[in-house]
Amino acid sequence: MAAEPRNCRQIVVRAMLTASALAIVALFLVIPAVFVFAQAFARGLGYFVAALAEPDALASIRLTLIVTPIAVIGNTVFGLAAAWCIARFDFRGKNALVTLIDLPFSVSPVIAGLVFILLFGAQGWFGPWTIAYGIHIIFAIPGIVLATIFVTFPFVARQLIPLMRQQGRDEEEAALVLGASFFQILRRVTLPNVKWALLYGVLLCNARAMGEFGAVSVVSGRIRGETTTMPLHIEILYNEYNLVGAFAVSSLLVLLALVTLVAKALIERRHGGELAAAARGIAR
Amino acid sequence: MTVAIRGISRRYGAASALAALDLAVSAGEFVALLGPSGAGKTTLLRIIAGLDRPDAGSVVISGRDVHDLSPRDRQIGFVFQNYALFRHMTVADNIAFGLTVKPRRQRPPRAEIAARVSELLDLMRLTGLGGRFPAQLSGGQRQRAALARALAVNPKVLLLDEPFGALDAKVRVELREWLRDLQRQLRLTTIFVTHDQHEALQLADRVAILNHGRIEQVGTPAEVYDRPATPFVTEFLGATNRIEVEIRGGRVLASGRPLPLLCGIAADHPDGPATLFVRPHDIEIGAISASSERARIRGTSVNGPRRLLHIEFGGLRLSAEIPRNDASAAPLLETEQAIAFKKAILFPRPDAARSTGLGRVSATVLTE
Repeated sequence: MAAEPRNCRQIVVRAMLTASALAIVALFLVIPAVFVFAQAFARGLGYFVAALAEPDALASIRLTLIVTPIAVIGNTVFGLAAAWCIARFDFRGKNALVTLIDLPFSVSPVIAGLVFILLFGAQGWFGPWTIAYGIHIIFAIPGIVLATIFVTFPFVARQLIPLMRQQGRDEEEAALVLGASFFQILRRVTLPNVKWALLYGVLLCNARAMGEFGAVSVVSGRIRGETTTMPLHIEILYNEYNLVGAFAVSSLLVLLALVTLVAKALIERRHGGELAAAARGIAR
Repeated sequence: MTVAIRGISRRYGAASALAALDLAVSAGEFVALLGPSGAGKTTLLRIIAGLDRPDAGSVVISGRDVHDLSPRDRQIGFVFQNYALFRHMTVADNIAFGLTVKPRRQRPPRAEIAARVSELLDLMRLTGLGGRFPAQLSGGQRQRAALARALAVNPKVLLLDEPFGALDAKVRVELREWLRDLQRQLRLTTIFVTHDQHEALQLADRVAILNHGRIEQVGTPAEVYDRPATPFVTEFLGATNRIEVEIRGGRVLASGRPLPLLCGIAADHPDGPATLFVRPHDIEIGAISASSERARIRGTSVNGPRRLLHIEFGGLRLSAEIPRNDASAAPLLETEQAIAFKKAILFPRPDAARSTGLGRVSATVLTE
């Protein structure tokens, strides 16, 4: 590779390419993020606080804070279990399972929501049965949790599968022969070996779980103040031409995205090697 | 502690990894499982440790069938091929691991564990390295750390999978001798897997040679080298010349020509096709005896203190090996020299063995 540009034309081309890349980043990423905050504070801090303190807004924040931890914890456990099984054992249908884990990435969230309605809705397969026992899933929190879990399922598993495959089962077997129990192996060997990739996956899962719109929108029924998560509430406010309210709630989500990015960058800087294995696995 | 392997079979799909294999190891013995890759050595080691399950047969450790025992209860020390040290723990924590995972009632006090770790670090010549992480150790140090971790729990049996495979040649030779002394000192029943015949012959009290999931021969290094039971063992244990021969009336003929054997076969040896093996160092060059034959020198090369000769004899191409510090000069290229086979091993060919009614192919060692 030629490190030194040979003539002026090359320098110009390079500068133009760099400038256009930066322009695109500014136009599509930086300006929108700044715009969100600008709109949120358009009528001053008092208006911003009032928009967030409004009961329906608070309810939506509360709902998001209930649904997200459940989905993240659930997917952390599922993701660990799935990655562990896939990396450690050979079984029939393993490749099919690996492909299926990616399904939520490839299917539209709206379709996922519709599937849950068909399964658990009042006219669905299991719906009448659960409703008979007083368990309402659709248009209620359980449905929102299910939809969120479905949409964010791949994040943790996808981070862990390639890393655990690469690390192999030797260390766990060594621990087993040394007399460790299943939980001792999990706590002292398996988890410490994947902790940074796991944290990375949890961060991504968390960001997506908070921001999920499509699937949740279908199963929630959008009962204002009851089944509206933050993204749903933002859309309702926007449709009511309450721009400051919409962007005030949005600014919280954007703030979360920025925090996630910083945390992600820190993890990448300190533990790039482990994550590179995961990235290679995803590329494959 | 003794280990007895009785009729162990293991299949992977259609492929047979181990076929009804038997092996007995006595207390304090150092046994090598030797064979090419894919022979089933590692599978056997993993079955003894309980990391793999046999399809049939049993493993008996000091008189007890361990079939229902989990690997964690078998009291086995296992050193993995790539050592499998816990990468996020220090060397000291690695060594202490087996002691710290014991149930609370059996767990030694903290101070006792620390004392045991430091004792093992000294024994393994790792003094002062307890605070390092595995990635900060050299290959030889990692291997010794893995050994220390395995020994910390006082195992009944020590299993080593290719213990020197990942080391460079100099460290390997050094560690071999050290390991042999250590094993003698601890009197610990030890089974190790290797594909290196020098390693097996140098270290082990007994060598079991595996091929395609079967044991071809078990014996002391001298036994298996001097009296190999099968053509495979003969070829696997060192360089050898393989000559297809014909036995006729107590004579050994290659393409109709008698071979220069210093020791002939019995006159009543059944006639028929056979395979003769001669090791390069068993070919004498410049020998004057009644059975010598003339051979042409086609090439020579130097291998340390030895000289390798490529010779041609009646259409056969053979390798011979002679000491180089010999006062006599190297035989000149393209000259005719007298050769004689000091020692050879004769196997009737399987088809011949069947036609002559011999159940098993048995070897005849032809030596002075």
